[in-house]
Amino acid sequence: MFTRNELIAPVLGIACALALAISLPAAATATPAAEAVQEIAAGLEGAVTKAAGEVAATAEQAVPDAGVAAPAPVPVAAATAEEAKSSSTAEAAKQIHKTKHWSWEYTNPDTGQKLGKKNVINNFCTSVTSNHSFCSACHIGYGWADDSFDFSSEANVDCIVCHDTTGTYKKLPGLSGHPNYETMEWPPHSGRFRPPTDLKKIAQNVGPTSRKTCGTCHFYGGGGDAVKHGDLDSSLTNPGRYLDVHMDSEGLNFSCSRCHVTDEHEVSGSRYGVTAADEKGVLVPGSLDPRNPTTCVACHGNTPHPDKAAKLNDHTRKLACQTCHIPAYARSTLQTKMSWDWSTAGKLDEQGHRIQLKNSAGKVVYDSKKGNFTYDRYVVPEYQWFNGEVKFTLFGDQVSEDSVVKINEFQGDANDPDARIWPVRVFRGKQMYDKGLQTLAVLHTAGKDDAAFWGNYDWDKAMEVGMRAAGSEYSGELGFVSTEMSWPVTHMVSPKEDALDCESCHTDGGRLAGIEGIYLPARDRMPLIDTIGFGIALLALIGVLIHGGIRVILAKREG
Amino acid sequence: MERIYIFKRFERFWHWTQALLIITMMITGFEIHGTYSNLGFETAVEVHTIAAWALITLWVFAIFWHFTTGEWKQYIPTMDKVEAMFRYYLTGIFTHAEHPFRQTTLHKHNPLQRLAYLFVKLLINPLIWASGFLYLFYTSWESWGLGWLNLEWIATIHVIAAFMMLIFFIAHIYLATTGHKPMSHIKAMITGWEEID
Repeated sequence: MFTRNELIAPVLGIACALALAISLPAAATATPAAEAVQEIAAGLEGAVTKAAGEVAATAEQAVPDAGVAAPAPVPVAAATAEEAKSSSTAEAAKQIHKTKHWSWEYTNPDTGQKLGKKNVINNFCTSVTSNHSFCSACHIGYGWADDSFDFSSEANVDCIVCHDTTGTYKKLPGLSGHPNYETMEWPPHSGRFRPPTDLKKIAQNVGPTSRKTCGTCHFYGGGGDAVKHGDLDSSLTNPGRYLDVHMDSEGLNFSCSRCHVTDEHEVSGSRYGVTAADEKGVLVPGSLDPRNPTTCVACHGNTPHPDKAAKLNDHTRKLACQTCHIPAYARSTLQTKMSWDWSTAGKLDEQGHRIQLKNSAGKVVYDSKKGNFTYDRYVVPEYQWFNGEVKFTLFGDQVSEDSVVKINEFQGDANDPDARIWPVRVFRGKQMYDKGLQTLAVLHTAGKDDAAFWGNYDWDKAMEVGMRAAGSEYSGELGFVSTEMSWPVTHMVSPKEDALDCESCHTDGGRLAGIEGIYLPARDRMPLIDTIGFGIALLALIGVLIHGGIRVILAKREG
Repeated sequence: MERIYIFKRFERFWHWTQALLIITMMITGFEIHGTYSNLGFETAVEVHTIAAWALITLWVFAIFWHFTTGEWKQYIPTMDKVEAMFRYYLTGIFTHAEHPFRQTTLHKHNPLQRLAYLFVKLLINPLIWASGFLYLFYTSWESWGLGWLNLEWIATIHVIAAFMMLIFFIAHIYLATTGHKPMSHIKAMITGWEEID
């Protein structure tokens, strides 16, 4: 009764364990984590058994939904099989070195823009540059404190952050990608203390990635739960069906990697290289086709609706699946951040202390470190044409206060065959720019030195250090520009019964009110034709009523 | 009073079924157009589409019937007495003037009716049918070599034809009351028997 998936499971377990055993000893000089290596070796057997069980369980839950073409478990199995094979020959760390998760760099092949977390300035915490020791809490490595980090070191690869199954492994901001090896007050000044990370227990419990492991970073981006993505937050650790029909923990229970299929540890489906439309339809599992497997279409095809709803299939030429099937994002109790205004940051109380103000839901709406925030949940996305190409405003690109700066701009229009109408989360902000250089600024926010803004609240000092780290000299003139950053909304897929109704768009002032280049019935009409048409109809009606009225009066008179 | 048998059974079935379908399509059609909200867009589209196919089926039978029975000749246009008809509706009808046209089984429509129905059959119906068909299958245009078409034009033509139908409908219903007695024509359309002077 064993399926191919279940047989592969122990192999994956061994692979993970081997990868750990290989990479960690080498890290002995770099990290106390290595001290756990002996114990890890002892715990290998347990880890393998546990991991095997986990994968088998996942495979069992992989019963495909009726009507859904080509179930995904096979590509996952294929990928893991390959991974297992190569990992067992000690390739894992080398594979990791080639990934975006490691390099935080991505060069867009179409625009040539150098992107990735390392290069992009966003409108949340703004930039990694000069703030590595904090930002690298979400780097899959150990020790990225500054530019001297050795990206070629296999010892610096952190396997555990993705493969921990205990949920106890936590890399803390300020530790350059390390967890705490000793008791540490966390959050700072909270009076609460985190015990040392139990590496032995963790090593005995490595396993496949899960929503929880991916979520340790991706649910908390931007400085907290639900802040950054809007469609990714900790409510997806164990979501109900209403929140995400695929990840439903009591239903399909998809892990992230069911869609974000990995190949040699590179995770597919990146928002730096979006597949906005895939006209080729279903991507057959095992296929050597290099298409992106992380799309709705890869499993569902381009005509996923049943014949009785065939009209809906006509829509896939113009709409992304997400447009109807994700009617709102942040659909849990968690509020997502909607805007961030840095220009008010730095105000202190009379004693010179940091101020934090909270709203009725307990969310911080003002923080001296960061400025003002607004929040929302059940957020209706904005909609726009998107062909997968994104143009960023990068450090050095000219910006001014005269117009809203698009941190990233989705490309495409109605005439572009690769473009679809996508739901978009637009995050609005006001952030630092160097008025003299007319470029988005790199601010040295975090660090234990006397220039970091979050400790000293001195704009000019923090700007000087940040801008220099980015390779420029601060002009001395700080300004604030309004910015917008766009995020494709693609998680939190509703069950079909919650998908948008036709009249959400087929009406005046509906969701697609601002979409140009298409004729949308019930939204669009030629007003002149309506005026003439109804005008003549009305005149005809008045005419027959008068005519009939005269006949009635005459008939009455005649008795 | 004289009664003559004007409308045969199929003709009556055709007329009333068509009436029902056209009214349904006008109600749902103007909702799809965005004029008001009633059934909801989705239901309106479904009902409109089903009614469209039903009407096309009915027309196939009706066209067959017209040709096999020779009834198509009832719609051969004539300008004879058209002016007299206009004059009758403008004044004569109020003064009990004699109706300029005398119905017979071979000439059951007055000259104005002939023109109006011909206009419906040769212009409004084909326009509505062709534009509606293209509207329904707009995703296939490219594969049919019609990629140069534009949905906005097609929808607009469809709407213009719909307005023409609406205006015809208003006039038609009113003129149905202008028989020997207000209900004469309507009864005839139900029973087949028309009361004439």
